[in-house]
Amino acid sequence: MTDDTALQVAGLGKRYGRTWALRDCSLRLPIGRIAALVGPNGAGKTTLLHLAVGLLRPDEGEARVFGRDPRAGREALADIGFVAQDTPLYRDFSAAELVKLGGKLNRTWDAALAHERLSRLDIPTGRAVGKLSGGQRAQVALALALAKRPRLLLLDEPIASLDPLARHEFMQTLMGAVSETDTTVLLSSHLLADLERACDFLIVLQKAHVQLSGDVDDLLARHRTLIGPRESEASALAGTFAVIRASRTDRQSTLLVRLPGAMPALAEGWRAQDVNLEDLVLAYLTAGSEARTQTQGELAAK
Amino acid sequence: MIEFVLDGRSQVATYMQLVLQVKQALRVGLVRPGDQLPRVRDVAQQLAINPNTVLKAYRELRLEGLTEGRPGGGTFLVGTLAGPSLGSQAELRDELVGWLGRARSAGLTREDITALIETTVRSTFDGTEGN
Repeated sequence: MTDDTALQVAGLGKRYGRTWALRDCSLRLPIGRIAALVGPNGAGKTTLLHLAVGLLRPDEGEARVFGRDPRAGREALADIGFVAQDTPLYRDFSAAELVKLGGKLNRTWDAALAHERLSRLDIPTGRAVGKLSGGQRAQVALALALAKRPRLLLLDEPIASLDPLARHEFMQTLMGAVSETDTTVLLSSHLLADLERACDFLIVLQKAHVQLSGDVDDLLARHRTLIGPRESEASALAGTFAVIRASRTDRQSTLLVRLPGAMPALAEGWRAQDVNLEDLVLAYLTAGSEARTQTQGELAAK
Repeated sequence: MIEFVLDGRSQVATYMQLVLQVKQALRVGLVRPGDQLPRVRDVAQQLAINPNTVLKAYRELRLEGLTEGRPGGGTFLVGTLAGPSLGSQAELRDELVGWLGRARSAGLTREDITALIETTVRSTFDGTEGN
């Protein structure tokens, strides 16, 4: 375990009855990153987050936050901020009361910071949060999580239920807050478009498994879409590329591939295109379990 | 002070869009040496982008000698983009116009030409600078 690691999970698994919600999950999130945890509903995103914050006990493997088991006690939890799905808050309490409550429940608590954030956003702190708009409620939940001054902030689908403007405002607040601190962020979402410019680390989860994880720029540099004649596909690839996802017509092959290293010369008739984050995520989600064993991302480099 | 705007449909990386916007602003005189660039935090918040992306853009500008950090904080423009490159640009542009004329008379369409330029640029630069 290196000391630039915010979150490390190894062989992590969680089972509900006979169904594994998460299995063989290994990844390392370095300090200072803003990571997107993406995957379809039911992929295991919430389970992974709950294991990372110690709300669940793993059935296999372990999760460590700054080197500590999140279930080990208050020391470890002091570093972690968590905004659960649909930002649950005591609806009859006002934001001001929630800030006060948080002060009683946490060792580290920056109430002034929370108030400053909320007033900057013109959120009425005296009104019951149940009467606020969804966007305002999400902002209150974020302000509360930030008041703890967490070193690792986890957010479960914080923007999924918000309208586009509220989503943008939430991401603005989050990015502004992160700039002021060294907080590492892990946020789950199935809305990739909102995260594309915010995140520099990507974790793709599907069917309880990590399909891909790593630095976004690295991942983009290591993948290409190759387009060429189907008849020469076998010879053009010749074992150099790992094909993540292929689609074929009677003449043409379109392949999203992982590069062996530097981009090799391509066979006659083939061209390569850069991929974007969306191409990459879709390819790995489509590829399913097939690609999983080949892609160790960050982990292989360790 | 410069206000950054991103092109949502551009394929250009976000940090490079910021770099290019500063350079463009310098070229047309929207900003001048001595001007301050917005704080990283403000850019990240305004555009809802990763602060590391802004840092990367500012680092790139510093490496190119266009900005410097000052004690007490802040990134200031120091360089200009006028100078020797502008003169040679005009010459290069003339050569390019000539080349485009030859390409057209050889029967290449606009799309053919764009594709040829793109693939050539790519193969030329891929070897020399990492992605």
